[in-house]
Amino acid sequence: MQADNSPPGGQSSTPSSPPADPRLRLVDRTMQLYHHEGHALIETLHAAQESFGYLDEGIMHYIAGRLRVPLSRVFAVATFYHAFTLKPPGKHTCVICLGTACYIGGSRAILDGIRDREGIAAGETTADGEVSLVVARCLGSCGLAPAGVFDGEVAGRLDPQQVLDRIGRWRHDDPA
Amino acid sequence: MSPEFPKKVRSDLNPSRVLTFRIDGRDVSARADESILIVARQNGIAIPTLCHLDGLSERGACRLCIVEIKGSARLQPACVTYPRQDMEVVTTSERVVAYRRKILELLFTERNHVCSVCVSNGHCELQDLAVELGVSHVRYPYLYPGYPVDASHERFCVDHNRCVLCLRCVRVCDEIEGAHTWDVMGRGITSQVIIDLNQPWGTSETCTSCGKCVQVCPTGALTEKGRSVAEISRRRRFLPYLQMMRERRDER
Repeated sequence: MQADNSPPGGQSSTPSSPPADPRLRLVDRTMQLYHHEGHALIETLHAAQESFGYLDEGIMHYIAGRLRVPLSRVFAVATFYHAFTLKPPGKHTCVICLGTACYIGGSRAILDGIRDREGIAAGETTADGEVSLVVARCLGSCGLAPAGVFDGEVAGRLDPQQVLDRIGRWRHDDPA
Repeated sequence: MSPEFPKKVRSDLNPSRVLTFRIDGRDVSARADESILIVARQNGIAIPTLCHLDGLSERGACRLCIVEIKGSARLQPACVTYPRQDMEVVTTSERVVAYRRKILELLFTERNHVCSVCVSNGHCELQDLAVELGVSHVRYPYLYPGYPVDASHERFCVDHNRCVLCLRCVRVCDEIEGAHTWDVMGRGITSQVIIDLNQPWGTSETCTSCGKCVQVCPTGALTEKGRSVAEISRRRRFLPYLQMMRERRDER
C-alpha cells in the first residue's frame, strides 16, 4: 500500500471528483516544499485540512504513501491534534467562547442547552450535517461575555435560548 | 536478571564513560548510557515494570518503575532515567510503593480487567504485579469504557477493554517486525491502540500476521483465537533471538 501514490478520488468515497482535484494542489505543494520527508506530516495534514475542510481516509492514504509514513502514524497524528477533524464540518458553525469571562458569564449553560436539545457536544456536528459546535478559549470579546461566533459573525451577551433559536433557524433553513 | 540484558544505546551519552553511584545504599558502577533500571537489574535489585520489555526501546509509559532520587522532589521512572555521578537512588520506600500501588489501581479502573473471565488469567503481567505489590482492593470507581472487541483477523483478536497502553505491540511492530501497523490514536483517557487507519484488523493492508504483538502483550488485550479463559501462552523467545541475529548481521 505504501506504493499507493495515486491521488484519492475515483475509488475513494468523498472529497475529490476527477483525479486531478484542484484541492490537492496545496497538499502536493506542501509535500514538495519539504522534499517528501516524513517530518512534513503535520504540515501536510494542515494543508489537507485547509483545502478539504477535514481529513478523510482517501487523503490520509494518499499522504501516507507520498511521505512514506505508516498509515497508523498518520491516523495517530490526525487524532492527537485538535487542529484536525476527520469528519466534514457542518454547513453552519457555532463557536461558543469558554474564556474566563464567558465561562463566568454562563457559557457552560449554553453548551449544556445545546447538548440537551441538539444532542451535540463541543467539536461535534448534528446528524443532518447542518451545524457544527466549536468551543474557543477566548475570543478577545470579554466585554461581551458570554460571546459566540455564528458563521463568522460575533454575537455577545448570549443566553441559552437565544443560541438555541439561532441554531433552530439554521436547521430549518430560515434565512437570517 | 538474565546476563544477556540488552543494552539500549543512547547516542547523546558517552558509552565509554563509567560512573559510580548508589542504589539502595549499595555502590554500583555503570556506563553513562545504561538506565537506572538496567544497572539495578544487573546488581540483582528488582524494580517492578510493565511497559518495559527486554529487546524493545523504552517508553516510560507505565510509570511503575518510579524511584526516588536524592535531591529531586519528583519520582523518576528508572527505565528512562540515566545515572549521574554520586547520585543516590532509592528503589523501595514507602512513598514509592504507595505510588506504584496507586498507579496499578488506576490501571485497573481505566478499562475492564476482570481476571476471572480473561484468557490471560494466571499468565498476566498486570495480575502478577497486583499480587506482587499487594493490591488487595481498588479505591477508585471503575470506568467500564465498553470498547468493542475486534475479532476480524483470521487468527488474532484485540480487546481494547484489557489494554493498558504499554505500547509494546506498537514498538515490537515498528522495531522488530518493521511494519508499524500499530499506533496510538487520540490523547489522554481516550487514547487507544489502532491498526492502520483505525480499521478492523482483518482489513489491514500492512499487517503481516506475524503475531509478534500478540506474543508481547502483557495482558489479555491481544490474543490468539481459540483460547478460552486462562488458556493463553506467550512465547517471547523470539525477541532476544531476533536481536542477537540482527547484531550478528550488523557486525558482518
